[in-house]
Formats: sequence, structure tokens, C-alpha cells
Amino acid sequence: MSTAVGYAAVAGQVVVVGAGAPVLTGWMRQVRARLEGRAGAGVLQPWRDARKLLRKEPVTPIGTGPAFRAAPALLVASTAVVVALVPLLSTDTPVSGHADLILVVALIALGTLALALAGLDTGTAFGGMGASREMTVASLVEPTLLLSVFALSIPAGTTNLPAIVSGAVHEPARLASPAGLLAVAALAVAVLAETGRIPVDNPSTHLELTMIHEAMVLEYAGPDLALVELGAQMRLTLLLGLLSSLFVPWGIATGTSWAALALALVLFAVKVALLGAVLAAAEVFWAKVRLFRVPELLAGSFLLALLAVTASYFLSGTS
Amino acid sequence: MSTIPAALTAATVLGGAGALAAPALPYKIRIPAVGVLTAAVGVAGAVAGAAALGGSRWTASLPGLLPLAGTHLAVDALAGLFMAVAGAVVAAVAVYGIGYAAGHGEHGIGSRTAQTALPLFALTLVLVPVAASVSTFLVLWELMALASLLLVLAEHRERASVWRAGVWYAVMTHLGLVLLLAAFAVFAAHAGAETFTALRAGAHDISPTLRGLVFVLAGLAFTSKAGAVPLHAWLPRAHPEAPSPVSALMSAAMVNLGIYGLVRTGLDLLGGGPAWWWLALMAVGGASAVYGILQAAMASDLKRLLAYSTSENMGLILIGVGASGLFGAYGDRRLAALALAAALLHVVNHAAFKALLFCAAGSVLRATGLRDLDRLGGLRSRMPFTAGLFAVAALGAVALPPGNGFISEWLLLQSLIHGLQVPGVAVAVVLPLSVALIALSAGIAAAAFVKAFGVGFSARPRSDAAAAAEESPPLMLVGMGLLAAACVALALVPGVLGTGLDRAVAATGLPGSGAVFGGGLRVRLADISAWLSPVWVVAALTAALMLAVGLPRLYGRRRRRVNAKLWDCGGGAPTPRMAYTATSFAEPLQRVFDDVLAPEQDLNVTPVRESAYLVERVRFQRRVPDRIEHRLYEPVLGALNRAGQAARRLAGGSVHLYLGYGFVGLVVLLLVLAVGW
Repeated sequence: MSTAVGYAAVAGQVVVVGAGAPVLTGWMRQVRARLEGRAGAGVLQPWRDARKLLRKEPVTPIGTGPAFRAAPALLVASTAVVVALVPLLSTDTPVSGHADLILVVALIALGTLALALAGLDTGTAFGGMGASREMTVASLVEPTLLLSVFALSIPAGTTNLPAIVSGAVHEPARLASPAGLLAVAALAVAVLAETGRIPVDNPSTHLELTMIHEAMVLEYAGPDLALVELGAQMRLTLLLGLLSSLFVPWGIATGTSWAALALALVLFAVKVALLGAVLAAAEVFWAKVRLFRVPELLAGSFLLALLAVTASYFLSGTS
Repeated sequence: MSTIPAALTAATVLGGAGALAAPALPYKIRIPAVGVLTAAVGVAGAVAGAAALGGSRWTASLPGLLPLAGTHLAVDALAGLFMAVAGAVVAAVAVYGIGYAAGHGEHGIGSRTAQTALPLFALTLVLVPVAASVSTFLVLWELMALASLLLVLAEHRERASVWRAGVWYAVMTHLGLVLLLAAFAVFAAHAGAETFTALRAGAHDISPTLRGLVFVLAGLAFTSKAGAVPLHAWLPRAHPEAPSPVSALMSAAMVNLGIYGLVRTGLDLLGGGPAWWWLALMAVGGASAVYGILQAAMASDLKRLLAYSTSENMGLILIGVGASGLFGAYGDRRLAALALAAALLHVVNHAAFKALLFCAAGSVLRATGLRDLDRLGGLRSRMPFTAGLFAVAALGAVALPPGNGFISEWLLLQSLIHGLQVPGVAVAVVLPLSVALIALSAGIAAAAFVKAFGVGFSARPRSDAAAAAEESPPLMLVGMGLLAAACVALALVPGVLGTGLDRAVAATGLPGSGAVFGGGLRVRLADISAWLSPVWVVAALTAALMLAVGLPRLYGRRRRRVNAKLWDCGGGAPTPRMAYTATSFAEPLQRVFDDVLAPEQDLNVTPVRESAYLVERVRFQRRVPDRIEHRLYEPVLGALNRAGQAARRLAGGSVHLYLGYGFVGLVVLLLVLAVGW
């Protein structure tokens, strides 16, 4: 039966994203460093950081509560569940029936919410500031995400992610349609916002005026910080992988052969590395926009998503 | 078969006994006795509702009970659903209320008047869906409004704002009654009789214009009761000012009856209608959802936040009901059934989490005397159970897994996404917008409840009252625990409601969306492939959580957790005054939605007397007023006031003038009669 390959695919997704996420971050930093004329710390630096942090003693700041303690694990756990669900390597897995796009969007939001609560739980000004900004951005991203989901689900007739992806593999014309292109543009902006990249947030800043994500996690140290970092890196890998699965689905195993799975693994790594390199290169040339200009960017992406839905409705209606 | 009449009789007897006993009993016995009787009313109502959901039906008419019209009663599954929800909420909140009222002294919620009104209110909440004729319905509806008004006014000695909230509530609920009376008068006059059976039979012979008029009038009345914009103004006033158990009853049980009325009238009695009815309803729902949750995100009064969140959730339900009608109007009855099932499921879920949220807010109010989030904080260590229960309910309210709100919103979104199968340009424009509005309201709801929990319960106390808070007495915790158990059960096994929900949908004449729930645990749509297994999600999350906690421990050297001072960028442990407050948390959102919210700010700089360059005092004030109220109500109230002032000149006090008015009036009447006949 297919189950062995299916389970291997799920385990493979979780392991590859879990272990590969720091490498992807290291790779992106390296690309950026080279473009900026620096030597860079090497692709494996995030792993070395994680190893160092994990060996330190866990620290609980006085005055924080259970929300602060639980958030890192919850962030990683919710991301890991999504990683297991999303068809990164194979569309035919034992959990593919559960891989609903709305559920995926909601689980990603759950991680954001956990971290925002942790930021407020510290009772510091920075924590609250980060949480407030993060929730503002997250609440504005939500409509874009769900409308993109809507647009993608129209040709497939379902919100089930593996069905959408395998449908696109078999019918590549869906991707080249105006609706598909509009949806990819909308989703790409939403992904930038969800992962806290330039131009929405700057992952390498510690300047109070600009930071969002970093402000929430300032109080974390040791193993907790390692988990928070891993969670953020996994989210980036996951969302880039999701983008590639939705819009460049070729190579994802739709059947049950080991060879296809191995090929899918290699192609996944290549696709995500390429996307990461493009993003890193773009970040060299972009500047972070002011926080209160971010809504304009998100409104733009929302409009694209709305156009995607109406386009896909009217185009499918006439044909 | 005889469960329903037995349970309803029991509810009536118990409620009546409670109302009669309350004035007679001394203070010490009054609260527990009335509380137990009220809880029993709730249990009886829930039993009757559950029996109806289980497939029993019951009708009766008692000709002697009301003069002229008589009383007509009928219980079907739709009524049963609302009875069961109201009954369950009443039972849990009544238990909570015993503990709550016991600490409040002889006035307020423990007073004779309030304790008399409480069982009556509970009884009418259960009985309104039973009414099966216009007069019976209106009598029960008005009794419910009056009982709740008395309860809203319970704490009028303590705060002047209670009185104002009561006036707003009284006026608006009676405007609603007038609209409802007009709607039903037109309807009954043209259908020929006033029982619901006759209305149902006669509805198709009425002209489309009149049917539209009936729907618009009844729709205005019912959406006002549900707290939807623009007739929501009473809700954010009355809910915060009422004693907390009453707020819970109003927000979790009474507003539902607005939805019930709408479904009963629009889908059942009128038998559906043209698309414009439902598009209008969806517009009202969408506006309520986004406007309500935006105001909730701005509110720093915890109970006001929850009240506006009720407005939001009713908006979501109205979108579902509207979509159901719209799909029905275009002939897709299966999809209509699905959308209605989603809306009704959200009614149940919202009742569970909102009752719990209001009870938890009541516990906070009781422990600290504060509703202002800016002065709360740190309650998670002082009131761990209340904080945990609030968290369970808030998880339902933010519509994220594994909360119960997610399940019904997921179903609602599915019904809208798959609604594009229905042809029609209106559908193609409205459905994506509805999905976007639901998503936006869900996103802002997350921000609002992160604020409520994070600022109210986390961090450190921002006032002495919050620092000295104590956990609530056991009875209150038991009441809240019951509601939390309902939230968890609804989140994990919504399938148990499956057949009952299908029967409720079928009671409106739609086909039961039998495919919605199968296997007990799973939300599954048969003709459309999408499914959600809440238990699986929870299991996966738990497994991943264990992995995320366990793996790093395997690698890292096991060390004991140590405590350390907050770092705060090297600034050292900050004082509570430096922590983010609810107002500051909401500021970015407020700036983003500046054009919608139109905040008013006021900056007062007082310079030192000697020099204009030295500042003595700076006073900054910002208010986010309810803009709809500002723009819609104040002009109307102003015009009424001016008309009243102008009319005073007519009454000059001279008897001759009055005789003249009488004479002119008589002549005009005679002329009209002479010309008219």
C-alpha cells in the first residue's frame, strides 16, 4: 500500500523543514551578505546559534506567566502541524484529507497569536509594542490570505490543498490564468507580511521604532529563544514552500513511488532555495516601509486577491 | 412524546414560583432559592429543546389564556434549538449568578425587584420560541424586554450611567416592538389570521411589495434585537451596565432570539423571498461584523468590548442567514441549508463562549471593581481559574483552532466559497466581499481578544485594586466551568449536534443538509469535498507540542529553570506604568481605520504664567465615539428635541386656544369625511 511512502513523505516534510529552516535562513543571510560585499557568517550559522542557545540554562523572567512559557513550543508545534499538512513533497499522504487551506491559514494565525500574547505577558513596553503591531498587521493580512484561498479553490472546487496542488500538476493551464497570477501576487505580499520580511518588518533590526517581531521576543533567552527562532525560520520555509507548491507545483509526488518522493525532495530544496535567494536579493534593494504605510501595501494585495476571485469566476463562467 | 409539554409546564411553574417567592423571601434565602429555581427553569428549557431537536414536535392552543386571540404554542426543531441554547445558558449562568449576587448586598442584583425579574426573564427566554401566533409571540417578546429592562436597571443606585443605558434600551426595544407590531399587523391582515400556521399558508398570496414591507419591518426589529448596525446603539450601553450574569443572559441568549425571529419570519413564515431581501441582510451582517469588532478592538472597557463582539458575531450569523436566503432565492436549496446550518451552529457556539466571557468579566469586576482594561492586569496569578476560563472562551471568540468558534466560521466560509456555483453576478460580487469581511472581522477579533486577555490578565497589575484581586467563590467557578465544558465539547465533537441541527434547518422547509455532520466527530460536506476533523487537529497539535517540548530537552543539557530580572533592552525591570495598556495596544489599528472610526482628540497645553514657553500641564484626551450613533442618532434626537420645543408654543395655556384646536380639528375631520366618502 501507499501508506509507507505517505508516512515517509509526512515525516520527510517535517524533518526537512525543521532541519532545513535554519539552513535556509543562513543561506538567505549569506546571499545578502555577498550582495552587500560582506563575507557572511556561513550557511550553517543559524544552526550553530541554535546549538549554543539550546545548551544554555532556561531563564524565566520574573513577572511573566504561562503564556510566555508556552508560546515558543506552541509556535513551533502549530507550524509543524501545518508543515505536515501542506503538500510540500507529496500530495498523497495519510493526512492529505485534513489539509484544508482555511485550517492552514488559521493554524498559522494561531502561532502569531501565541507570540503576541507572550509579548504582552512580559509587561514591558517593547513586548506590548511588538504584540500590538504584530496583531495589527496580522489582522490586515487575514482577508488577503482567505481571498487568495477562495481564488485558488474555485478551479479545484475544493479548499483541500493537496487536491488544489495535484489539480494544478495535471492541468498547468490553471496556473497561467489571470486569476492564478493575481492570486500569486496577492499571496506573495501576504507571505512577506506573515513572515515579517522587508518591506513589512526587518528581521535583522533591533531598533525600537521599526521592529515588530523582534520586539515581542526580546525577553526570550536560551532554549526558549532557540525555539522562537526555529519557529520563525520554519514559518518562512513553510510559506515559501507553500508558495512554490501552489504556483510551481511540478515535481511534487502525486503518486506513491519512492523515486518520485526523492525527486520531490531535491526539487523542493532547489525551489525554496531559489525563492529564498530572490527574496534575499530583493531585500538588499528594498527599504522597510513605515509601519503606517504597511496597510496600504496590504490593501493593494487585498485588491489583487479580490480581482483574482472575480477574474476566476467570470473567466470560468464564460468558458 | 410528552417530554416537551411536561418540561415546559415545569419551566413555567418553576419560573412563576421563583418570581412569586422572590419578594417574599428574606435576603439571605432569596438569592440561593431564586437561583436554584432559575437554574431549574433553564434545565427544563434545555430538556424541552433537546427533545425537540431529537425529533419530537408539539403543538397546543389554550384559547382561554389570552383574551380575544387565545394562546397558540408549537415546538419544532428550530424552536427547540433556540430553547436548548437559552435553557443551557440560563442554567449555567443561574448557578454562577448565585455566587455573584451573594457578594453584592441587598441592592443591585440581589434586590427584590431584580430577583423577581430574573426567573421571569429566564422563563421568557425559553418560551419566546414556543409561541405560534402573533399575539402570543408579541406578549412573550414584550415580557422578555420588560424583564430584561428591570434587570439592566438593577444597579441604578451605584452608577448614573445605568439609568441612561436603561432609557436607551427601553426606547430602542420599544421602537423595535412597534416595528414588529406593524410588520405582523400587515402580515396577519393580509394572510387572514394570526396563527403561524395560517400565516405560513397565506404568505404566498400576498403581493410582493407587501411581503417586502413585512420583511423589512420585521428585519429592522429583529436585527435591532440582535444588536446589528445601525440599530445596535442600545447593546454597547445596556450590556456593560447590566449586572454581569444579566449581561451573559442578554448577550448569549436574548440576542439569539433576534436571529430566531428573522429565520422564523423570513425563511419559514414568508417562505423565503427575492434576492434583494437577503442581499440587504448580508450587507447589514457584514457591516455589523466589521464595525462591531472594530469598536471592540478600540474599547478599553472589558464588558463594552464583549458587547461589541456580540454585535460582530450576530453580524456573522446574519451573513449566514442572508446567504441561506440568497441561495434559496436562486434555487440552490442544498447550499441554502448548508449556510443556515453554519449560521445556527454559530449561534450555539457564540452563546457558549460569550456567556463564559461575560461571566469571567463579571468575576473580574466583582474581584476588582474595575472594567477598565487600562487599570487591570496581572490577574492570571491572582485569579488563575478565571483567567484560564476566560482564555478558553477567548479562543472560541477569535475563531482559531482548536476553539469552538473556528468550526462554525469554517462551515460558514465553506458555504460562501462554494456558493459561487450559484449563477448570478450579484452572487459573484457579494460572496468574495463577504468572505473578505468575515476574514477581516476574524483578524481584528484576534487583536481584540489578545488585547482583552493580554492586557487584562497578563503582565503586572496596573492598579491597587487589580493587585488585590481574589479568586471568585466556588459557585461562580462551577457555573463558568459548565460553560467552559460546553465550549470544549462544541470544539471537539460538534458532530453530536449534527442531526438536531439538520432537523432545525429542515424546520424552515429547506432540505436537511444531511451531509454536514457524519461519523459523530467530523464536519464533512458530501457534494463539496472539504472536511475538518476537530479531534484530529487537537491530537496533531498535542503531538507536535510534545515533540517541540521534548526534542530540545533531549539535546540540551538538563538544567533547572532559573528566574531572572526582566531585561527590557537593558532598562531593567520596568514599572507597571510603562507596560502597554489597552488603549496603546489598539492605537495602530485605530490609526489604520482612522477614516471609519473618526476618533476625537483634544490637546490642552497650559503654559506657566510667567512664560508662554514653559509648559505647566499638558492634557491629552482621545475618545473613539460610536460613529454611527454620532451621525445617525444624534441628528434624529436633535430634530425630535427641536420639534418638541416648537410644539410647546402650541400649548400656550389658554383655554380658548384649546377649544379652538378642538373646533378646527372637528371641522377638518368632518370635511375629510365629507370629501372622502
